[in-house]
Amino acid sequence: MNDVVLYAVLSLGAIGVASAIVLYFIATKFKVIEDPRIDEVEEALPSANCGGCGFAGCRAFAEATVKQGNEKHSLEGLNCPVGGNEVMAQVASILGLEVEEKDPLIAVVRCNGGIKNSPGKVSFEGATSCAFAHSLFTGEGGCPFGCLGLGDCVAACDFDAIHINPDRMIPEVNDKCVACGACVEACPRDIIELRPKGRKEKRIFVSCINKEKGSVARKNCTVACIGCSACFKVCEFDAITMKDNLAYIDPFKCKLCRKCVEVCPTNAIHEINFPPRKKKDGDTKKTGKTLAVKHPEKKKVVVVEKVDLSGSVKKEVKPVEKKVETKKPQSATEKDSGKEKEG
Amino acid sequence: MSLFTISGSPHVHSDTTTKKLMYSVIYAMIPAMLVSVYFFGMGAVRVILISVIASMLFEYLIQKYLIKGPATISDGSAIITGVLLAFNVPSNLPSVILVIGAFVAIAIGKMSFGGLGKNIFNPALVGRVFLLISFPVQMTSWPVPKPLFAKSLTDAITGPTPLGALKEELKKGDTVQQIMDNGVKFIENGKEVVYHIPSYMDSLLGDMGGSLGEISAIAILIGAVYMLLKKVITWEIPTAYIGTVIVFTGILWLVDPAHFVNPLFHLLTGGLLLGAFFMATDMVTSPMSSKGQLVFGLGAGILTVLIRVFGAYPEGVSFAILIMNAFVPLIDLGFKPKRFGEVVKK
Amino acid sequence: MLKTFKLGGVHPAENKLSKNSPIERLPVPKRVSVPVGQHLGAPAKPLVAKGDMVKVGQLIAKGEGFISANVHSPVSGKVFKLDNVIDASGYRRQAIIIDVDGDEWIEGIDKSTDISKDIVLDQKAIINRINEMGVVGLGGATFPSHVKLMVPDGKKAEVLIINGVECEPYLTSDHRLMMERGEEILIGTKILMKGLGVNKAMIGIENNKPDAIEHMTALAKEYEGIEVYALKVKYPQGAEKQLIKALINREVPSGKLPIEVGAVVNNAGTAYAVYEAVQKNKPLIERVVTLTGKSVKKPSNFQVRIGTPVADLVEAAGGLPEDTGKVIGGGPMMGKALLSLDVPVVKGTSGILIMPDEESHRGEVANCIRCGKCITVCPMGLEPWLLEKVVMHEDFDRAEKERIMDCIECGSCHYTCPANRQLLDYLRLGKSTVGKIMRTRRK
Repeated sequence: MNDVVLYAVLSLGAIGVASAIVLYFIATKFKVIEDPRIDEVEEALPSANCGGCGFAGCRAFAEATVKQGNEKHSLEGLNCPVGGNEVMAQVASILGLEVEEKDPLIAVVRCNGGIKNSPGKVSFEGATSCAFAHSLFTGEGGCPFGCLGLGDCVAACDFDAIHINPDRMIPEVNDKCVACGACVEACPRDIIELRPKGRKEKRIFVSCINKEKGSVARKNCTVACIGCSACFKVCEFDAITMKDNLAYIDPFKCKLCRKCVEVCPTNAIHEINFPPRKKKDGDTKKTGKTLAVKHPEKKKVVVVEKVDLSGSVKKEVKPVEKKVETKKPQSATEKDSGKEKEG
Repeated sequence: MSLFTISGSPHVHSDTTTKKLMYSVIYAMIPAMLVSVYFFGMGAVRVILISVIASMLFEYLIQKYLIKGPATISDGSAIITGVLLAFNVPSNLPSVILVIGAFVAIAIGKMSFGGLGKNIFNPALVGRVFLLISFPVQMTSWPVPKPLFAKSLTDAITGPTPLGALKEELKKGDTVQQIMDNGVKFIENGKEVVYHIPSYMDSLLGDMGGSLGEISAIAILIGAVYMLLKKVITWEIPTAYIGTVIVFTGILWLVDPAHFVNPLFHLLTGGLLLGAFFMATDMVTSPMSSKGQLVFGLGAGILTVLIRVFGAYPEGVSFAILIMNAFVPLIDLGFKPKRFGEVVKK
Repeated sequence: MLKTFKLGGVHPAENKLSKNSPIERLPVPKRVSVPVGQHLGAPAKPLVAKGDMVKVGQLIAKGEGFISANVHSPVSGKVFKLDNVIDASGYRRQAIIIDVDGDEWIEGIDKSTDISKDIVLDQKAIINRINEMGVVGLGGATFPSHVKLMVPDGKKAEVLIINGVECEPYLTSDHRLMMERGEEILIGTKILMKGLGVNKAMIGIENNKPDAIEHMTALAKEYEGIEVYALKVKYPQGAEKQLIKALINREVPSGKLPIEVGAVVNNAGTAYAVYEAVQKNKPLIERVVTLTGKSVKKPSNFQVRIGTPVADLVEAAGGLPEDTGKVIGGGPMMGKALLSLDVPVVKGTSGILIMPDEESHRGEVANCIRCGKCITVCPMGLEPWLLEKVVMHEDFDRAEKERIMDCIECGSCHYTCPANRQLLDYLRLGKSTVGKIMRTRRK
């Protein structure tokens, strides 16, 4: 064998051994002593690093739980919305504690305007950013509270759980939602709310946050809450409160009786995952609306990609027939066709 | 009547577009292209056509099937890459090698970073350097220029470039003056041929061996003036680059004129002018602030001279620019434009 | 060599279509909506209620807080209601809607056009009067004028600069005002000088208005301490900081006000309003508005009451062109696109620009090719391409470090970008976010 090869192998090997010894001593000398339970807790967490718990990632949350568990012997105030009760129970058992069961939450989009119910009166061109459009004007439909449809919430979602419906240009949440709250944070108009998933996933909520007077709100949007108080009067459980021309349903008081849904003159109150009602005439609208949210997967939805490295925002749309481009042209023709379909 | 459009200000836009900028560069390259065709004939036409077509084809295919983005082929940047690549190879380069070069330039040099505007290195130079390292023989056999309507002075088919010849002879221990006077002897097809270093006039017009685009200083300068007038390039990079080369080689020449050739020779031979005006100024791969551009030119100048005079290769422009390309993000970070109302730190 | 500022700048097509149309006084409209927040700062508090009778010049909303301004009734009639109307901000804001009935003015206002030259009030009274009369900067930023005259302790004003630059393309209201009310502007300047306690004033006018330069120079000979300077045409020369740099070659430090370098800038239109307020006791109830556009039949300069709907102006200029694609309140570089023609004219409306459809759309956004043109044209020496990128990536700390808050939103970068990058959109977004972050940090 050639000597050169031998020397090379020997010298490299020697360097390797020397480095290993040095590293070993450094590792033992500077070892950080950590509660091993932090690793265990982290293992139990979903590793989504979404920040929905209020901490910077799962590791930080695990540290916080262990710390609080040691100091206060309770996990109060700490919750992993992604993992839900199951994971929290697991975490608690690692730490030898107990947690209360929490109602699982889901993000709910409280606007039903979009291009169908609140057709554009002007057309917007510019940065594909709700936050920017919000600073510029009321929105194409004219509602200063309504969804702008530019997808800041979609970009914020790490779970592929919220998408803009290209037919309506408002976001829809599917059942991948883990209630991390990123979209709530991202929405400049605070349209998205985290509400309890409800018994058998049944939910009733007011899909509008417009605080303007009924006449003004209605002018811009056919499905706005006009603050008529009809639902407030019909509710037997005090679940509905009226404030600033706007009804709000308290999810913890609501008994899902569906009376308010029936009385709402503008169909602003939505029911989700309820069985269809017994046929009454003129009821088709409501079931139709329910369906739209009920089977999110069957719906073809927009896939809005996040800002890529160059910073240009790409939007790819399925189905292909409707193309949403980067500069969001929302031409009049596109909207008109939307209106035609509706009418 | 259509709906009112709502958008943020400004509501007017200048008429400059990426496409216009790119085509201005292409127009600026036409004089050098014509000169190359004049001296190298159909070989030059073939090289330019193949290079441009291959570059455009690769860009189109990658954009369509790999990136799946909107077609960008019409913006003209692939044409520039193609022409620049052709400008940087000898006119007798086999077509296959040229296509490989175009592939490396577009696919690796440009599209792998995400397309126009995102590449770190000048794509044409990536292709060129790849070819130079992979096919050194083909890339450095320079056809002797044969003007279209003139009779050639030598029987040789290929010959060295002035810089290459000079470097070889200097290594043998001759002085610059001897080489200039006696020419360079080399063997071709068993015959001894004498290669005379071209006069300054020849290199100004383009009658010397070399890559397609680099031979004629005048043609390049015409293009450069056009680009400066069109505001496609700024004065900073070429000035700093050429200035540095002149100053650096000038110092060496003053110290030892026997072993270092004068700055004018460095300026007119090789790819310095082509590099300084067409490749170092590539917007995508050069710094953005004017201070940064000066630094960029300075660095490229020093590297070019170091490689030419002390390095293994006779020519250093491509390497110098590529190396400086890598420093661009750092230069952008370190050399900010002058801010208005800068508060001077005490 | 004409004076100008050094860094950056662009030169968009001037299109001063209405520069030769004399100022025309429009009849009082049937109904006006007077927003209570027409100025920078806190909105004024309404003093009238539904059904009240008001006269021209009557105070109908009082400025609240230090930076605020009074609002006076521009018409006489009955308050129809207080409601939210869409104004130039793109949102519904509180406004006082008045049904016009006759044209009865409150007492004490001198409606004559006689020029009164003697300045009888002293410094303090001048500032008070300007405050009372609700005068704000008429260049567009609508900063309350009396606040500008109150020099903070420890600072000293050295020079008053009157901004007659009108660097925005299309707009000609200041140009016409200087041509037709030059004398009044100069007296207004004198009043401002007295209010500020300086004895030197400079009027900057861009070289594309040679008639105005000539006219004002001739008039200014009789006024001691006022000099007229011709400036090279370059946008954004009308921006406060750039104008100071052009005229007295001093740079206002980052994040500071012009008084830091001893200068106070006021618009030519403001000087006229000051003249009317101090010498004629007339509140700011009217202003000159340019109505222009390439397809507009009769590009004009109108003197209108505040609160007049834009539609009235459009009608007076020959109606809305068929091919209208965009209506802009202000100039094309910094103006805001209006949502409808019902928007009222406010104190800050210097012009209404009607753009044909083919000019009102943006080009397709392409990749940044790092050409560096945005850096070259930025008058503040910023790097718009970089700021756009960091804002897109929500790296607001970096954006602050790269001095995003220095951006004056002039739009030069956006105007010049060959790849049609929507630079200013993202810069604005970044500015508002960074501003919010900075405010929470201060707390």
